[in-house]
Amino acid sequence: MSVSKIKKYNNDVLLDVLNLSVTFELKNASVKAVDNISFKIKRGEFLAVVGESGCGKSVSALSILKLLPPKIAKIESTHLIFDGVDISNWTTSQLREIRGKRISMIFQEPMTSLNPVLTIGDQITEPLITHLKLTANEAQNRAIELMSMVGIPEPENRLNQYPHQFSGGMRQRVMIAIGLACEPDLIIADEPTTALDVTIQAQILELLKDISKRLGIAVIMITHNLGVVAAYADNVNVMYAACIIETGSSNDIFKNPSHPYTIGLLRSVPRLDKSREGKLATIYGLPPNLMNPPSGCRFAERCPIYEKQCDNSPALIDNVTSKNAKVACWKTDFAKVTGAKMYASNKKTKKSVPDVNATPILTVNNLKQHFNISLRSGWFTSKSGKVKAVDDVSFSILPGETVGLVGESGCGKTSVGRSILHLNNPTNGDINFQNISMNKDSIALVRRDMQVIFQDPFSSLNPRMTIGKILEEPLIVHKIINDKASRLKRVNELLEQVGLYTYMADRYPHELSGGQRQRVGIARALAMEPKLIICDEPVSALDVSVQAQIINLLEDLQAELGISYLFIAHDLAVVRHISHKVIVMYLGKIMEVADEKSLYSKPQHPYTKALLDAAPVPDPEIEKNRKRTILKGELPSPLNPPPGCVFSTRCPEYTKECSKLTPPLVKFTDEHFVSCIKVKEFNA
Amino acid sequence: MNLKVSTPTKVVKPSRRTFIDFIREQPLGFIGLIMIITMFFAAIFAPEVAPYNPEDVDFEASPALGGGQPSWEHPLGADAFGRDILSRLIYGARTALSIGFFSAMLGCTLGAIIGTTSAYFGGKVDLIIQRLIDLMLSFPIVILAIVVIAIFPKTVVVGIDINVIIAIAIPFTPKVARVIRSQALTIVTLPYIDAAKAAGYSSSRIIFRHILPNVSAPFLIMLTAFIGQAILLEASLSFLGLGVVEPTPSWGLMLSGVNSDYYRTAAWMIIYPGLAVSIAVFSFNLLGDSLRDWLDPKLKL
Repeated sequence: MSVSKIKKYNNDVLLDVLNLSVTFELKNASVKAVDNISFKIKRGEFLAVVGESGCGKSVSALSILKLLPPKIAKIESTHLIFDGVDISNWTTSQLREIRGKRISMIFQEPMTSLNPVLTIGDQITEPLITHLKLTANEAQNRAIELMSMVGIPEPENRLNQYPHQFSGGMRQRVMIAIGLACEPDLIIADEPTTALDVTIQAQILELLKDISKRLGIAVIMITHNLGVVAAYADNVNVMYAACIIETGSSNDIFKNPSHPYTIGLLRSVPRLDKSREGKLATIYGLPPNLMNPPSGCRFAERCPIYEKQCDNSPALIDNVTSKNAKVACWKTDFAKVTGAKMYASNKKTKKSVPDVNATPILTVNNLKQHFNISLRSGWFTSKSGKVKAVDDVSFSILPGETVGLVGESGCGKTSVGRSILHLNNPTNGDINFQNISMNKDSIALVRRDMQVIFQDPFSSLNPRMTIGKILEEPLIVHKIINDKASRLKRVNELLEQVGLYTYMADRYPHELSGGQRQRVGIARALAMEPKLIICDEPVSALDVSVQAQIINLLEDLQAELGISYLFIAHDLAVVRHISHKVIVMYLGKIMEVADEKSLYSKPQHPYTKALLDAAPVPDPEIEKNRKRTILKGELPSPLNPPPGCVFSTRCPEYTKECSKLTPPLVKFTDEHFVSCIKVKEFNA
Repeated sequence: MNLKVSTPTKVVKPSRRTFIDFIREQPLGFIGLIMIITMFFAAIFAPEVAPYNPEDVDFEASPALGGGQPSWEHPLGADAFGRDILSRLIYGARTALSIGFFSAMLGCTLGAIIGTTSAYFGGKVDLIIQRLIDLMLSFPIVILAIVVIAIFPKTVVVGIDINVIIAIAIPFTPKVARVIRSQALTIVTLPYIDAAKAAGYSSSRIIFRHILPNVSAPFLIMLTAFIGQAILLEASLSFLGLGVVEPTPSWGLMLSGVNSDYYRTAAWMIIYPGLAVSIAVFSFNLLGDSLRDWLDPKLKL
């Protein structure tokens, strides 16, 4: 059955999904990962599907092309009309005709979604040869054309390279080129930029948006980043616990969110463009377990305006105020009116303020962390290279202060944290903690006072130990509490302190959710009653609603216990919310240091400006009027940093002097230091 | 401070499973366990279970004289000297199980500790340990075992030959160390090891409490595989006169030496001891595999 033979009955709607459900039949349970969802997408439309992890957004997209394991995934739908043809009953071999040809996919991990043993050229030409039956030569020419379209420089030469010779952003461009190869009608992009840095994310999304506009390709973009949605999407589907709970244009969703969940989601993200207004709004609890979903409204358990009525499932009905918006809530009108007051937003608690005159708890002077690596240069010879992961970094942290450390991946921010903790011994420099100059030996004295929280809550806990054992261990090792009964009491206390239940002590880490595990990580750090906690991307692996819970927890603990934080993150908005002082790093060097207010309102360094520019804000109004200066190119290799200013290769303000002078960190105002030779000019 | 963060849902106790669950979830492992227990019982109570004394010679039943076929009198036949094979298998289980199990256990444990230590410390320590392992791997197993036996004086404790166990365990150590090291290398980079270092735990604590339990999967697989090898290695050593000596019954001895000359005329002489080794190895493999799944907390639902 070929597509062209079927009469097309509605040329405007490209994909019409009605009552799609996906059930995973597991050994002893069945999970309804997608529950009866319907949506339409028009030609050339940019549709975003947002929701927290596990809400079924990826599964619903994959089920359109039946890309799920057929033995356990049962896909049902009333109809699934793609370009006028119902493809819901198509077999795999029939679907192969449209997979990659008319509907193509872009996956999240550019690192693993390309085959490492085939050249880039092979992978781009493959769909051209299989689907369009081009000859190898034609395909190659087309591939070169596609690569220049997605902004890969020197496509003729790069055609013969392998994926490992491409950076993450470039690989994602290759993925887009492959997706575009057959000029599809629809591209499904599953978290296409989640693994990428903000400046690269902006490049890729601009590209995707531009291509979709120019070629009239519809895009379904799955994401959890609300800023991205506001900036690029025409329409938005909000998913929660396997259902679509609200849908509408991006203006509707962001301006007048009607579902309490959407409201909560929007309120729980810290804003990059606004100063902190108080604690973040949080949605209580966790999404329901889909093995055994609640019978009524799935959000009822967490909803701040829950009523008896909510025990019945609400249907997705037209929203009263907006034309094309739909919402599944019994109390939409009420939610709209009280939206601003929902989620305890009156808690305008101020950030605790550190004493500026106190002696710093941690002083770092001229910290250098260099790694020697050997590079093969010939058959038998190798030369050694030096990666300057951290190059001459100095800063200090006051008691009770949060210092944010931001930068793109590879800028050395994690290395700073690791050298302070002496997980890697610093090459050079002076680290002074509580007036003890630290080196390999004296670190043992201060281990207890300096703790760490890691990014990945999945691998930062030993899977073979129960939560109780994990929390008890430091108490035993450091002889903090010597008898078993009081130790267990302390473990319970710690669990309560981080908002967990005491019965969780005999659970294993995998039995907890990501957010709960991160709380255990925090509790483990607290067990030793530290003075300083180094938080290495503590919230970047978490969903937004959970992220807000953890940020609030960290703030509460600081207010209560007076702990200092070194908060390492790449999310500028989160750093703005939590930090007193912010350090911006690039390629091992500090670009700018300032207090939170002046850094975000008056950024001086071109790199800081570019970073702030690239990060999208969850407000379509602002996004529409924003003119981005998008940084060109990518982070240079740290093995071979550019001479002079390390940022010179990408700087929009570049002049010749930048390659000659290494700019020192100079005072701009009392609290604001910038490392750029032109800063004075900007001010003049 | 008590933050209300998650909705108080019903406290569902995670089920800590019992032995009955093990039977239900891992029936194959349970079968393996039963077979192993049976063998151990037979070995311990050999004098009560075995129909004959394993060293009793009955020349009339010798295949050299045309007899010894499996019959009611000798259910599994008789060997070249007319000794009852069933009885010899039952008594032989003593040596096979003790040497097989203990030497594999010893070798694998040593190897696991050396492997994780090597991976944890890295750098020069790793380099030196790995070169020593290379050195040990370059010797054939039997040669290495002979050297060990030559060095250590013969010690017998409760009827178990300790230096044979050591001799067999030592050649296993480098092999296990290699495999465990590669697994441990991936674990050493995980944040929970960094967290342990940052908490100031001692190296031995990190190795024994945080790394070793997480390499138990390859450990159990190697352990069960080496039990079989150990039984066979014991046979080779016995054949060379270094392990168990005739007339003491041993599965390995029964498979080798003069008995194998009869494979055409009296195949039962090597079939049954071979089967005994296979069944023992098979049972340990079954048990080992299901233990690995059972002990992995991530697979518990």
